[in-house]
Amino acid sequence: MTTETLAAYSLLAVYSAAAVYVLAFIASVVDLSRRSSDALATQPAASASAASSGSGTTVLAPPAPPSAAPPRSSRVARIAFALTVLGFAVHVLGLVLRGIAASRTPWANMFEFAVTGTAVIVGVYLAVNIFRNVRFLGAYITGLVALLLMLATMNVYVDVVPLPPALQSGWLVIHVFVATLGTGFFALGAGLSIAQLLQARREAGATGMRFLRGFPASDALENLAYRVNVIGFAFWTFTLIAGAIWAEHAWGRYWGWDTKEVWTFIIWVVYAGYIHARATRGWRGNPSAWLAIVGFSAVLFNFTVVNLFFKGLHAYSGLE
Amino acid sequence: MASAPRSEKAAKRAARSSDPLRPSDHIDSAPEPPEPADGIAQPRLGAAGYLRFFWRQLTSMRTALVLLLLLALAAVPGSLVPQRSSDPNGVLQYERDNPDAFKVLDGLGIFSTFSSPWFSAIYLLLFISLVGCILPRTKHHLDALRARPPKTPARLARLVGYTEQTARTDAETAVAEARAVLRGAGYRVERYADSISAERGYLRETGNLIFHTALVGVLVAVGVGSGFGYSGQRVIIQDTAFTNSLASYDSFNPGRFFSDDALEPFSVRLDDFEGSYQLDPKSGAYQPIDFTAHLSTREPGGDWTDADLKVNSPLELGGTKMYLLSNGFAPVVTVRDPDGAVAFSGPVAFIPQDNNLRSLGVIKVPDGLDEQLGLLGFFYPDPMELADGTYTSVSPYPGDSSLLTLTVYTGDLGLDAGVSVNAYSLDVDELTQIAGPKADAPALELTQGQTAELPDGLGTIEFDGYQRFVGVEFHHDPTEGWVLVFALLILGGLLVSLFVPRRRMWVKATDDGTGTVRLEYAGLARGEDPGLAAAVAEVARKHAARLAPPNVG
Ligand code: HEM
Repeated sequence: MTTETLAAYSLLAVYSAAAVYVLAFIASVVDLSRRSSDALATQPAASASAASSGSGTTVLAPPAPPSAAPPRSSRVARIAFALTVLGFAVHVLGLVLRGIAASRTPWANMFEFAVTGTAVIVGVYLAVNIFRNVRFLGAYITGLVALLLMLATMNVYVDVVPLPPALQSGWLVIHVFVATLGTGFFALGAGLSIAQLLQARREAGATGMRFLRGFPASDALENLAYRVNVIGFAFWTFTLIAGAIWAEHAWGRYWGWDTKEVWTFIIWVVYAGYIHARATRGWRGNPSAWLAIVGFSAVLFNFTVVNLFFKGLHAYSGLE
Repeated sequence: MASAPRSEKAAKRAARSSDPLRPSDHIDSAPEPPEPADGIAQPRLGAAGYLRFFWRQLTSMRTALVLLLLLALAAVPGSLVPQRSSDPNGVLQYERDNPDAFKVLDGLGIFSTFSSPWFSAIYLLLFISLVGCILPRTKHHLDALRARPPKTPARLARLVGYTEQTARTDAETAVAEARAVLRGAGYRVERYADSISAERGYLRETGNLIFHTALVGVLVAVGVGSGFGYSGQRVIIQDTAFTNSLASYDSFNPGRFFSDDALEPFSVRLDDFEGSYQLDPKSGAYQPIDFTAHLSTREPGGDWTDADLKVNSPLELGGTKMYLLSNGFAPVVTVRDPDGAVAFSGPVAFIPQDNNLRSLGVIKVPDGLDEQLGLLGFFYPDPMELADGTYTSVSPYPGDSSLLTLTVYTGDLGLDAGVSVNAYSLDVDELTQIAGPKADAPALELTQGQTAELPDGLGTIEFDGYQRFVGVEFHHDPTEGWVLVFALLILGGLLVSLFVPRRRMWVKATDDGTGTVRLEYAGLARGEDPGLAAAVAEVARKHAARLAPPNVG
């Protein structure tokens, strides 16, 4: 097959994946709305929460029971999850085809980065599900990814072109991939933090958000968000260092406050702030959750607005 | 303050001495006793008291957090407007486009955000806070490393992962075996009566301290490096040699403490240059695939040796690194006066304007002719004439048809005024065009080997051929290796401190006098530790297996 046909099949797979994610999203939303209308469901918010710290020492949580989702996962919820897995498989197929078409790793321009990044977000979501049930975030993840994929295919699609010399480096493979891994964890972490904020409002007596009933309690969500974000932070730290090493090879300096470097730094500092906030009296809980959300917003901003509209050395969007 | 609370505090501190030290507003610290509200007890702060107070504020968790967030915020403007350090032309452009906004923003230092006083103030305060935070913690941690695990609590049942079982043995054996099991699992152990108290994960705090200390290391190393290092750019034309000295650079940025003897006098010569491209059939554009500069280099006292320089793979010469930044063609021209005496001869670097290497250059002939001569030229490696009579280049590959077009000016080139003039630009405002669209004579068009008459009988110009050139960046950074070491320590320290659990565990044996002992196990997490209960269960299982035959109750 020629490069063009492979690339066309790849694009077709990406479109299909986006369509399947949309279906998964719809199923997830139906599941959430069923939860809130299902008046007979009497189980209280799974208060699998930590027997949280007393004053002074952290006698931290006997671990939250692994399953924090509703005791019986509904049929729609199972369909939503199965669709997500299917979408992921098609999505990865699209990536692989693109990689074969270009005979290189498929993350060298903005379109490819978007396709890889969204696949990693879903991949992280599915992988974390092996250890912890986070299916209650299905609507958030599939919605986000479907949206990003549609934006990517409509606005930043580029044909397969060879790599310019500046990008021909093993660091491209490592640096960019680890950055997407970090992004995947941050995306999931932000979802957990959003759920945590909503749940905290509900626990404080706010009414109306009955779909949160099957969600874990806010402090269980917070602990989980922390663990996920901290893994993202470790990847991001590596991204920063690998990027500096690459910049040293390519441009003759490891750090030059180029636009993209500035934003990578800002994101790193915001998450460092988040980690500190978790350890600072008066900042645990809602304030730290907001910081995680600000951090992920900066990640999205960095990838969209900064790539497209800011001028800098990292001009790899591939668009003219 | 009364002495009672103080000794209570001291006792508490002693009991927790193996816990890492934390600022008082850390989530794990006991809340401060409230200040007595009545005026009499208001402590009188002397100067020393004030200093202590500010120091405690500065080294608190809250201050660190606020400074971190401020740092992130302060970096934002630096990404919104061009920076002098990374994009000086962008700054000039901005000044031209928005002169009023420019004045205001420049006053605030926004165009050099990352060396501005306010940005520096934030990170310096943050690092002072950081040092103030890690010094006492390091001392405390060194003590803790020598401390014994704390006494076994009287009642274990309320702790994490509490497990009970019985074994047919005596307490002495049970305790000895428990010690062996916990030791094997990497715990530091201490026997208290018929129990073992064990603790592990000191590495967590070690990692945290390494992480924070290495942050300071990076800052210091970067500062020293930029002070003593230098960077410079130079265009090297084929078959000419560059020798590393201040005068040889086209542009040069020394660090604050730079001195000339930091320049190692090595030489570099460009022997040949190869660019390979791939045609994109859809757009008709050529995409670069590879650039290779074939160089000869010579270190002082050595011989010339061959070396290749590519994008993404710098060459190192005597502690200085070379990077391939740009490349292009340098047409070779010879200008003669009407008598045939040479007024100018040599290659001139033309700057590429697009992927097909249509290139723009300036040739200046200040002496040797009746008037000073300035030529604005285009070089087309693979020329094609367009409908409007202008040319474009349809590929980056040169050949016999490669074309040089020249617009010719006379007048004062401004080279005598003593101000440095950009070699790549020609200020045509003060000059008279004598050949070109605005003159009677058309622009000159030459292929290799052709000669043209200059208008007004000034002389002749010959296009002898072309050479390649490369734009090279030279960079010397004496602390680069240190920055890398500290960066890796940051990463390593972070991974250890985030993922090594710090936990305590106890095993208690109670001999019931009938040949069996009751065994109790429990753990205590120090920080986030989701795996603790499983770890307690694992110790209980291993212990039972060693005391076989087990009789789990
Ligand atoms: C340059 C600025 C700083 C950065 C980027 C930073 C970053 C971090 C990160 C990523 C962590 C979590 C990983 C670990 O435990 O090692 C952490 C933890 C910590 N930092 Fe910092 N930090 C900075 C400054 C400070 C300062 C000034 C203080 C003192 C007030 C401080 C005190 C702490 C403490 C006590 C912890 C442990 C938190 C816990 O118990 O979970 N840090 N810091």
